[in-house]
Formats: sequence, structure tokens, C-alpha cells
Amino acid sequence: MPDLSINFAGIKSPNPFWLASAPPTNSGYQIMKAFDAGWGGAVWKTLGVPVVNVSSRYGGVNYRDKRLVGFNNIELISDRPLADNLREIEEVKKRFPNHAVIASLMVQTRQEWHDIVRQSQDAGADGFELNFGCPHGMCERGMGSAVGQEPKVLQMIVEWVMEVATKPVIVKLTPNISDITEPAMAARRGGADAISLINTIQSIVGVDLDKFAPYPIVDGKGSNGGYCGPAVKPIALNMVKNCAQHPDIKLPISGIGGIENWRDAVEHILLGASSVQVCTAAMHFGFGIIREMTSGLEQYMVDKGFNTIYDFVGKALPNVLHWEDLNMKYKVTANIHEDKCIGCQLCYTACEDGAHQAIKLNAGTRVPEIIEENCVGCNLCSLVCPVEDCITMDRTDDGTQHLTWKERTQAGTAPTEFNDEKAGGRHHWVPEPAAALGKERHKTLPGKARVLNGETELPATA
Amino acid sequence: MAEYSTPTSEQEFQLNFAQLKPHMNRTEALYESSRCLFCFDAPCIKACPSGIDIPQFIRQINSGNDTGAARTIYDANYFGNACGKVCPTEVLCEGACVYNLQDVKPIEIGRLQSYATTKVIESGKKLFGPGEANGKRVAVIGAGPSGISAACELRALGYEVDVFEAKSQPSGLTVYGVAPYKITNEETLAEMAYLQAQFGYNVHFNSPINSREELAELENKYDAIFLGIGLGKTNDLGLAGEDKINCTGAVEFIAELRQHHHQVAVGRKVIVLGGGNTAMDAASESARLGAENVVLAYRRGKEEMGAYDFEYDLAKGVGVKGLFNVAPVEIVGNGYVAGVKFIRTETKEGKVSEIAGSEFVELCDMVIKATGQAKQTDFLSLIPGLKVDSKGRIVADAHTGQTTNPQYFASGDAWNGGAEVVNAAAEAKLTARGIHAYLSK
Repeated sequence: MPDLSINFAGIKSPNPFWLASAPPTNSGYQIMKAFDAGWGGAVWKTLGVPVVNVSSRYGGVNYRDKRLVGFNNIELISDRPLADNLREIEEVKKRFPNHAVIASLMVQTRQEWHDIVRQSQDAGADGFELNFGCPHGMCERGMGSAVGQEPKVLQMIVEWVMEVATKPVIVKLTPNISDITEPAMAARRGGADAISLINTIQSIVGVDLDKFAPYPIVDGKGSNGGYCGPAVKPIALNMVKNCAQHPDIKLPISGIGGIENWRDAVEHILLGASSVQVCTAAMHFGFGIIREMTSGLEQYMVDKGFNTIYDFVGKALPNVLHWEDLNMKYKVTANIHEDKCIGCQLCYTACEDGAHQAIKLNAGTRVPEIIEENCVGCNLCSLVCPVEDCITMDRTDDGTQHLTWKERTQAGTAPTEFNDEKAGGRHHWVPEPAAALGKERHKTLPGKARVLNGETELPATA
Repeated sequence: MAEYSTPTSEQEFQLNFAQLKPHMNRTEALYESSRCLFCFDAPCIKACPSGIDIPQFIRQINSGNDTGAARTIYDANYFGNACGKVCPTEVLCEGACVYNLQDVKPIEIGRLQSYATTKVIESGKKLFGPGEANGKRVAVIGAGPSGISAACELRALGYEVDVFEAKSQPSGLTVYGVAPYKITNEETLAEMAYLQAQFGYNVHFNSPINSREELAELENKYDAIFLGIGLGKTNDLGLAGEDKINCTGAVEFIAELRQHHHQVAVGRKVIVLGGGNTAMDAASESARLGAENVVLAYRRGKEEMGAYDFEYDLAKGVGVKGLFNVAPVEIVGNGYVAGVKFIRTETKEGKVSEIAGSEFVELCDMVIKATGQAKQTDFLSLIPGLKVDSKGRIVADAHTGQTTNPQYFASGDAWNGGAEVVNAAAEAKLTARGIHAYLSK
């Protein structure tokens, strides 16, 4: 059986799944329950001078029938006395000595940092995560993302922490910045042992149409919050990749953002994370989702022949290139498999209105047809097609040629003038503008794409 | 057998006649609407005789715009709520849904349609109103799906409209002829009240038009007359013993059932004659009223029945037995129905012939004839110059509904010979525009 355990910058954990610092890690009760369910570690909800919270605190983005594809909050760090939290950390560590308990911290002065690091260490925390990411409430007080956005300040605070820390220090980064690698390098310069990302993205998830206020609404008013949930995964993956690929950072990465199942976790790992943190999914579905995550990860490792997590950390990184290094001679063309087509014609509208007018409709059938010479291989039709494998993108170049933009630039064959003949890609046919006018909407025949089991069509009555 | 015990109270009746397409709640509507792919040039629209923009209203439901969804539906079909429940969606919109080709359950378009329209009816929100008065008047005979649809459309075009209805309630078939497990009287009447409040046409109930004098009066008072008279009583079969007590027509039986629910008596053993959708309804309803034995007798084979497969399945599902290739010869009994004498038949090259000497008697204590409805040719003969075809259907222009008497226009069953509510609603809208074109000349 593969070994799921990790040693993350010196923090040991039976599996790479940690609960992120957030409401699910507010108390010893929750963390013990989570460890009991199978979570490998937990980053305790941020300790500091306790806050007072408002209600409500959470906003959701529902997409069609799917609830909370995006989620935000205006909740702050722990509102519980530090002494209570420290006592509970001690108790959790006593019962779960092999699980990772990491104290998330956020204070202001050098003295406060020294004090809270020492106290957490004494309570038995396995490491620290410095919260330089919180994008609401705390940043206005000069903490959280206010620090994450100022590399110099960030580095200085990391240095303060390193003066007293005897356990590994993780710096949690904010995505509310133009280049995530800058604060990551500052963390490295300050001596941090690892980084974690991303924290939440400053957001407004929606506006109440009747109350004219953003969600979540507090007595008729609202505030920007921190965005997270499945919707932020693409942003998180890109930032994890940027840090993992950067030659000067070279720190273990704890990946955070949109992890809801084992597949999401594997994606973070393939792009360089070696532990992953989960919050929204646990808030949405409870701690029980860990069973699916660990079993899925284990099965994936068995299938791929990976013995440890480190066998595939960053395995996708060599395949993430700059655009200018991609092969422009590689060509795929859409292929509609008639036997699978259900005749929805979504591919037709997508290509007609949103792409390159490379699909046509024919009288007598609802199965659209690809106009091959016009297909640029963009993928849009296969992405909108609701049937698995009905539209495939098949390779149509002979595989012998390789040419990149960088090479074209160096060879002087890249367009340089505004009306340069060298542009135009594959020169696909573009209709005259006036041909767009008066296009009838309902022009194909009624009926089905195919007849199932020889059943004949019933007439739509007299 | 008797899967259902005889209902003795309204509550028990409701239990036996539970709605086949119950109302959706918000979550159900949200989940179901989220499945719609928003097909281009959608097959469901084409399969709908009234051409409702189905993907549009489904998306409107999904985005929380239920009022907009109802508007989309009513824009195409004034019986939007009723059609959501009574339409044979299995062979219309839902039958055309592309999911069928993936062996995935098609979108429940009918229930979504009723969901949106029920909400707007309950809210009483004003979506439509009469057009600017043009000073012209139209009389509508019949307050069924075609008559009411025509009235709505004519009001929208600015006409003053008076509807004359022989019965005491509006909506025709929808309240008198549809099986009670498809729609309730409350639902039907709520939609009628909603439409009348929106458009403000007048309905004169218990006002049958059946003499030349009455027609002449309408001809004088109104610029055009719309015939939405539907079909007549159940056809007589011309069998010996047809006049026996407990031998009834399906149309009459269902009308009675819709009005009096559990107070309608049914036999212990019922024979239903016919193979159409009405026969399926009558058989299914008899079983739900507690009949111990219900037999559906049809003179051809099962495959040749006119009823939709799902309607036959519905009847079979409540225990109805099929008796095929039999033709009734005589209703036997002494005053009361005691049985039906049948003769066996065979079909050769599409023609049914009787097998000599194969007579037998099937005992029963009730016979329901679902053998088609008569055309109202006697009434139509009172209209000068009005032609009917060999099957008794009103002859009218396919696009305008204008009959051979230019002042008269027609739609619905009396014109098409008997079809669905949705056909009547769609045709009436077209005919109302035909009237408008005629009167605007």
C-alpha cells in the first residue's frame, strides 16, 4: 500500500490533508473530531487578540443548482481567549501525538509575536503558520493581507518570529497581489521554512436585489469578504505553480484553494504542493469527506505506481511552459461522432457565435457537420458538447514539425507590422459581415438526431 | 383485484386520484431546471403545438425569474398552467428532449411549466392587459380551451369580447373531460379566473346558443363570431340494449366524476369499450373508484389502439385488464346491465372482420362507451353557408380559421376533429389573429 504520510518542512502528518485555519478549526472539539474522522493535520484558527464578530458572516455563490461553488466570509480570527485555545492545543496533541497541529498566528508588535510563538510552542504546536493573508477586517488594522502585500514588512515579521521559533514556520500568502512570488521570496529571505497559499481573495460574492446591499448582509450593510471554495481553484493552482517553478523560492508549499475531493488535491500536488489544506468543502459537507479524499488519493497512487507523495510532487511542472514555447505546428480538428450526437446543436451556436464558423447544419438531420478547412482546433465545441466523447479533437498534423513563437521571432517570421501578412494563423475563412443579418433561428427539421431501438417518431398530433 | 377501495369521502377520493404531476417545490424546480442544456433550435419547442420557448422559460426558472418564465409560457399559450399538467408531454416536449437519446430522464418540462404559472396565478401578478379598444365586438361560443384562448387574444388586440357558455363553469374539457389525477378543478378554475382578471372579457354561463334566433342576434350584435364548441356527446353504437341502466358514455362519466368525485357510483365489474385515450382514462378512473374488475375491450389488437403507450401503461398499472380483438354485439341484462355479448374479430390487411360463431358473454354490471364523440352537426346546420366535411368537422382556412361563412371563425375540436388542449389553445390564438386581419381590412 502506498505511504500517504508526509514530512512537511519538519512537520509530520499521517496524510497530506490538513484543515485550513478557519471556522472548522476553531476548537479542540472540532479538531479531535476531524482527526478521528481521518484528517492528517489542522491549522488552528488564527490566534491573536480575540476579536468580536458580526452576523451574518458568510456569503455564497450558487451556480444553477449547485450551492456554494464560491463562498466568502467576513469572519475574523479567533474570538476565543488565547488561554482556552492553548489549553485545547495541549489536549489535542496529547491524544493525537502523530497528527499535525499547527498554530496560525496574527499579532502586531515584535514582543507580541515573541510571546505568542513561545506560548504556542509550550502548548505543543508542531509548527506555526503566520497569517499574512486575511483580506478583510484585520488588514485595516495593519495585519493579515496588509502584511502579505508588503514584502519588506513581511520579511521583517518573519525574522522576528524566527528569533524565537524552535518549530517550523509556514508563511501563509495572500493572493491579493500582482505577483505572488514577491512575498514568497520575502518569506524565504526572512528565513521561513515553508509557504502556504492561497488565502482568500478579496471579494463581493453578490448583491441583494431588494436590500441593495452586498452579501453577507449585516443590518442592511455589508463589506468585502474573502473568497474561496471550488471557484477559486484555478487561481490557486496558478499561484502554487508560480511559486513552485520560481528558482529562488525553493520552499515546501502547502496548497490551499478549492480542494473538495482527491482529484483537486492531486492537481495541487502535481503543481508543487506537498501538503494540502481544505476549508470550504469541510464547511459545506463536513469532516466526513476526508474518507473519499484519502481513499481516492491512495487509489490514484496505486494506479500510477507511486509509493509516496513525494513521487509526484511537482510532476506536472515541466509541462507548464510559457506560451511562446508551445508548438504552433501541432494541430487538432474537431470530429463529431454521429452515433453519439443527441442533436442539441450547442456546438453549432458556440462555433457560429463564439468561435470560427466552422460548423454547419444540414437539412434533414440535427447532427451538425464540421467544416474542416475552417476548424482552428480551438476546442470550444467539444467543451460545450454535453455528451461524453461525442466531439473529439483529433490530431491532424503529421507530427514531424515543431515551431514556437520564440523561434519565429528569432527567425524573423513573426508579424511585426499592424497589417502584417505574416499574421492570420491558418487563414481560416471568415464570412462577409453582412451574411450575419437575417439568419433564421429555426431552420432545421424537427425531430431527433437518431432513432433509438428502431422506435418511430410519433406525430405531434393534428 | 381492487387495488383501490371505494372512496367514501373527499379525502379518500384525493388519495385514490393523487396527481400524476404534483407541484414542484422551489428546490425541485431549481434542480430540474439546472439540467436543461439550452439546446439551440430546441426540439422541445418544435414538438409543442403552441411553440412555447421552453429552454427560455426553464432558464428563467433557474435564475429565479419565475414571473418571466410565466410570461414566456403565456405569450405562447393561454392554457399554460393546464397544459403543463394535462398535455401528453411524453410524446410532445418531453418526448423530444435530447436527453432521451442519452437514456437520461428528459427534463420534466410539464411540471416546470405548471410550477412557473402556478406561482404567477397565486401571486395574481398582472402580466397582460387588454389592448386599446378598437370599437369592435366579437362573440365567442364556448368557454373551453379554444374559446377562452381566443377571448384572451382578441382582448389583447382591443376587441370587446362576450363568451357564451352552456355550462356553469369555464375551461370546457379541462374541468369536465380530463381525468382528475391529471388536474384538479381548483387549478383549472384558478387559471380561468386569472386570465379573466388579466384580459377582462365577459363570460355568460348557462347560456347555450342553440337556435337560429339566438345566432341571428349574435350576427347582428357582433362583428365576428368565434366557434369554440368542441365535440358533442358520446356516439351511440347502435347496439341492442344500449339503453340499459348503467350503460353510459365515457365523456358523461368523466364529467360526472370531475364534478361529484366520490359521490359517483361505479360498478363492481366494469367493461370499457374503446381503445383511445379516453377509454384509458375511463378504465383507470373506474379502478380508482374501487371497481373490483375493469376490462378494456377493443375490437382490434393491442398494437392498434389509438391510445398513447403511457396511457395504457397507466391503466394497466392500476389493474385494468385488456380484452382484444372483440366487438360488442349486444348489451345484455334485464333493465340493468348484466354483461356484454362480444364476437371475436381478426384483422386482415387492416380490415377487421368478425369470426362467425365466436360469440360469448362477458359479465359486468357497468358499461362505459369510449367510442368517440358526436359532431355537433345539427347546431352547425343552423349557420347559413357554413360547410362541414364528411367527418363532420368545420371547414375553415388553415391560417385564419375563417369558415365558409365569413363572419364565423372556428378552432379546437369542432375544427380539428378532436385533439389536445394545447392544439386548441394554439389554434385559437392563430384564429383570433385571423379575425383581426379580417376585421382590419
